[in-house]
Amino acid sequence: MTAMLRGNTVFRIHWVLNTDRLLGVCHCGAEHESQDPVELWDWLLAHPEGHEEEPAR
Amino acid sequence: MPTFARNQWYVAAYSRELGRELFPRTILGEPIVFYRTESGDAVALADRCVHRRYPLSESRLEGDTIVCGYHGFTYDRAGSCVFVPGQSRIPRTARVASYPLVEQDSFVWVWIGDRDKADPTLVPRAPWLADPAYTTVSGMEPLRARYELLVDNLMDLSHETYLHGGYIGTPEVANTPITTEVDEENEIIYVSRHMADAECPSFYARSTGIEGRITRWQDIEYHPPCLYLLHSRIAPVGVLPNDDGTDPDAFHVEVVYAITPETEHSTHDFWAVARDFALDDQEVSDFLAESNRTVVLQDVRALDVLEQVIQSEPDGYQELSINIDTGGLAARRFLRRMAERAAPGALVRS
Ligand code: FES
Ligand SMILES: [Fe+2]
Ligand SMILES: [Zn+2]
Repeated sequence: MTAMLRGNTVFRIHWVLNTDRLLGVCHCGAEHESQDPVELWDWLLAHPEGHEEEPAR
Repeated sequence: MPTFARNQWYVAAYSRELGRELFPRTILGEPIVFYRTESGDAVALADRCVHRRYPLSESRLEGDTIVCGYHGFTYDRAGSCVFVPGQSRIPRTARVASYPLVEQDSFVWVWIGDRDKADPTLVPRAPWLADPAYTTVSGMEPLRARYELLVDNLMDLSHETYLHGGYIGTPEVANTPITTEVDEENEIIYVSRHMADAECPSFYARSTGIEGRITRWQDIEYHPPCLYLLHSRIAPVGVLPNDDGTDPDAFHVEVVYAITPETEHSTHDFWAVARDFALDDQEVSDFLAESNRTVVLQDVRALDVLEQVIQSEPDGYQELSINIDTGGLAARRFLRRMAERAAPGALVRS
């Protein structure tokens, strides 16, 4: 998937193709899906809270 | 809504706008007068005489000094008063503020905030605008709306289908992979829309000579608060940039906006379009200038209306954010953070 910015503090949100879903990827590797960008930003910005139990890659 | 983000660089003008005339422009609510010295250096001073607040921009230049048009207080390029009428003693406090400036990439950047925090190396770059390998058309439109509305507008390109009625061919949201990236440390927002296989709009087919289908990228790179870049890249299907970043087989259009608050309810909307093909083709220049200006004016009209609506509503009105707002939400957060950072301990409306 596209990655144009480098660095250790980059959050990424991919709009999953042909769906209404957003996939958030934290700089720690944790991922979270949502249909609401506000909710997804809340989850990303809460790092590290709630990020450990997500499947990290 | 946050108040202004001070302690930041803002585009005040194009370099070509400044000369040996006194040139007034209000930035973040501060009235400023600009001019060039006889040797060509750009100068920015507070546009209010310390004596009775007469605008220095309504005065005259004498060499490198401004002589106030009311009673003749005279200021040098640093803002120090060097002459007061009828007496030899110059009051110690007789000076107007001077603003740090950087001229770069065809813009005059001004630092609004604490002078000692101004770092010229932090001015964000738009190098295409002054690069002989590109041809640029540009302009500025006054917007009677708060700058946040323009940021919202530019962060989401999907409004083009509706507000601009297909005037500029942009990829449909469906079938286009869209990724929003936010660099927390460097405070950059990047929204990439990369279409691997798209139809070539006829304008590009004509001006680039590309035949057949194309790879089309439209990437937003926003350096809040002021500089917004839209990298538009067109290449024959499958042609990608080299690993070292060079990209000789693609055609590039770099659309640059500088979003400079004038007052709480008005904004200077600078726009420029640079391209690296058909460099000497006046028809291409005319087309890009005309179409971009049309699009800017359509946005201006819509945002002027929106500003009136928002002003007539109570604070804390309700909005609803959807997927297309992902990048815009990040932009708002950075702007709020920057405003708060520049006003430590101060109460920032949110
Ligand atoms: S107001 Fe400028 S000299 Fe009096
Ligand atoms: Fe627009
Ligand atoms: Zn995390």
